[in-house]
Amino acid sequence: MNNRFIKSKLLNNFLHDPSAIIGSALLVLLLSAALFAPLIAPQDPYDLETLSFDNFLLPPIWMDGGKAPFILGTDDQGRGIFSTILFGCRTSLLVGFSVVTLAGSFGVFMGLLAGYYGGKIDAVMMRLADILFSFSTTLLAFLLIGIFREGGLVVIIFAICIANWVKYARTMRGSVLEIKEESYIMAAHASGASDFRIIFKYLLPNAIAPIFVVIAVDLAVVIMLEATLSFLGVGVSLTEPSLGMMISIGKNYIYAGMWWMVVFPGAALILLVIAINLFADWLRDALNPKIT
Amino acid sequence: MGDPVLSLAGRYATLEEREAVRKSFGLDKPMYLQYAKFLSNAVRGNFGKSYVSRTDALQLILERFPATFEMALCAIITAVFLGIGLGILVSIKPDTLKSRFIMASSLINISLPTFLTGIIFIMVFAVWTNILPPYGRGDTVLIGSWRTGFLTLSGLKHLILPVLTLAMYQLAVLLRLTRAGMREVMGEEFIKTAWSKGLSPSRVIYKHALRNVLIPVVTIAGLQFGELIAFSIVTETIFQWPGMGNLLLISIYESDQPVIVTYIMLAATIIIMINILVDIMYAFLNPKIRYE
Repeated sequence: MNNRFIKSKLLNNFLHDPSAIIGSALLVLLLSAALFAPLIAPQDPYDLETLSFDNFLLPPIWMDGGKAPFILGTDDQGRGIFSTILFGCRTSLLVGFSVVTLAGSFGVFMGLLAGYYGGKIDAVMMRLADILFSFSTTLLAFLLIGIFREGGLVVIIFAICIANWVKYARTMRGSVLEIKEESYIMAAHASGASDFRIIFKYLLPNAIAPIFVVIAVDLAVVIMLEATLSFLGVGVSLTEPSLGMMISIGKNYIYAGMWWMVVFPGAALILLVIAINLFADWLRDALNPKIT
Repeated sequence: MGDPVLSLAGRYATLEEREAVRKSFGLDKPMYLQYAKFLSNAVRGNFGKSYVSRTDALQLILERFPATFEMALCAIITAVFLGIGLGILVSIKPDTLKSRFIMASSLINISLPTFLTGIIFIMVFAVWTNILPPYGRGDTVLIGSWRTGFLTLSGLKHLILPVLTLAMYQLAVLLRLTRAGMREVMGEEFIKTAWSKGLSPSRVIYKHALRNVLIPVVTIAGLQFGELIAFSIVTETIFQWPGMGNLLLISIYESDQPVIVTYIMLAATIIIMINILVDIMYAFLNPKIRYE
């Protein structure tokens, strides 16, 4: 199946699926908002000089007491909610993409090895996968951070990666096992191609399609997980912006009726995840006929 | 790696005091000796003392077990009955307004992290309408060494929000699985035979169709048990529920490693037991499965 054909079919599929279009439009919007956060944001919420005690706990601009640059109000340190959301989305997406890239490439590599060589490598890896799998990603990430103790961006990314690569390895292994039996792989063997060449030149490109679906689904899961960890205070450090942490600060003020510190970051998080899920649903439907 | 001595001796301890603490807990010995000592104690059921409260770590966790167990049990029952029930409803009449509403809300549900669900529940039911209590366990009754919240009205009222929060995530997954399974099974030959025998709809659906759908549903519910434990940590934190998860998080903040390690062992034990239970349930659900 050549590249151009897949592309045109995918594109055609995409144009006939309104929820996919809405999802990816939303995703592009949020991605660019996060990318250009320093240009869009009316205030840099992590520059101490712009913070002022006159501005703390302000309501959104359309309510009594709202103030000019703070469209969605401010939090207990005078950080604008809107600006912080933009920077928080950046962290979410940074963690999300780092994890799917790192865990994804490691998992794909392990899956290729296990699927191609079988035997002992396969047995060891699959038992390890069973253990990690029954613990579940979320619980493992918690426990790893509990053991590392220190939070921070890098620690979270690594903890989630360790908990997460199994998904990719399993999917890749299954896909390789199917393709290994194809006649063109046998032909490659017969022509004397090296293992390295067979794995990376023939198996990898032909077995990779299902991984894209896993990536799309996983991106949403990882973003929710980062928010959860930060919400619980074991995620990013206090000086790093995060939607989860904003919500955890806001939670202390909901009894005082200051809903904006929870509702807006919460809505941003939900929008981000729904956009990715809509896109993932479409990708699953579009790629599936090729998988089976 | 967080040094437990720092939190044990206090921030203002002198170097000599720190060394004394290090010695008294045996933390000055080489890693392999510490590990050997831990192992030999652990196989005898002694997981060491909490660094913070200076009491037996296992005892500390087990005291909190009833609270977590009662919440998790109610959540599983809610999720299974509602998830499978709604899944059947949606698969039998897929085109009604009710079914479409249920499916749409299940997509939102999947995109909603547990901590946000909990906060939204608190905002709606405790802050705005004030019908349900937002945190704690309410009045409990001590029976033997088991502290239960089932026997008082206040205890039951306090259960509702945490149970719904914890059930929400599983509910959406179970609903989608049941729906997919039912749609597949309802088209099978043996269902047509059952209809043509003149069996009542409830008999066809519950006795013939559902039984075949339940196997993957039970598998996933069992596999997701690790997630359930993880999300119970989140739920307990939001509702300040005095359970094991809440204790774990506090122990992570305080670098109380014996408690963290004991929690990990306990979680692993529970997960293994659930997996065995799921294997046994297979045999009941599908008499064709035989264990040698």
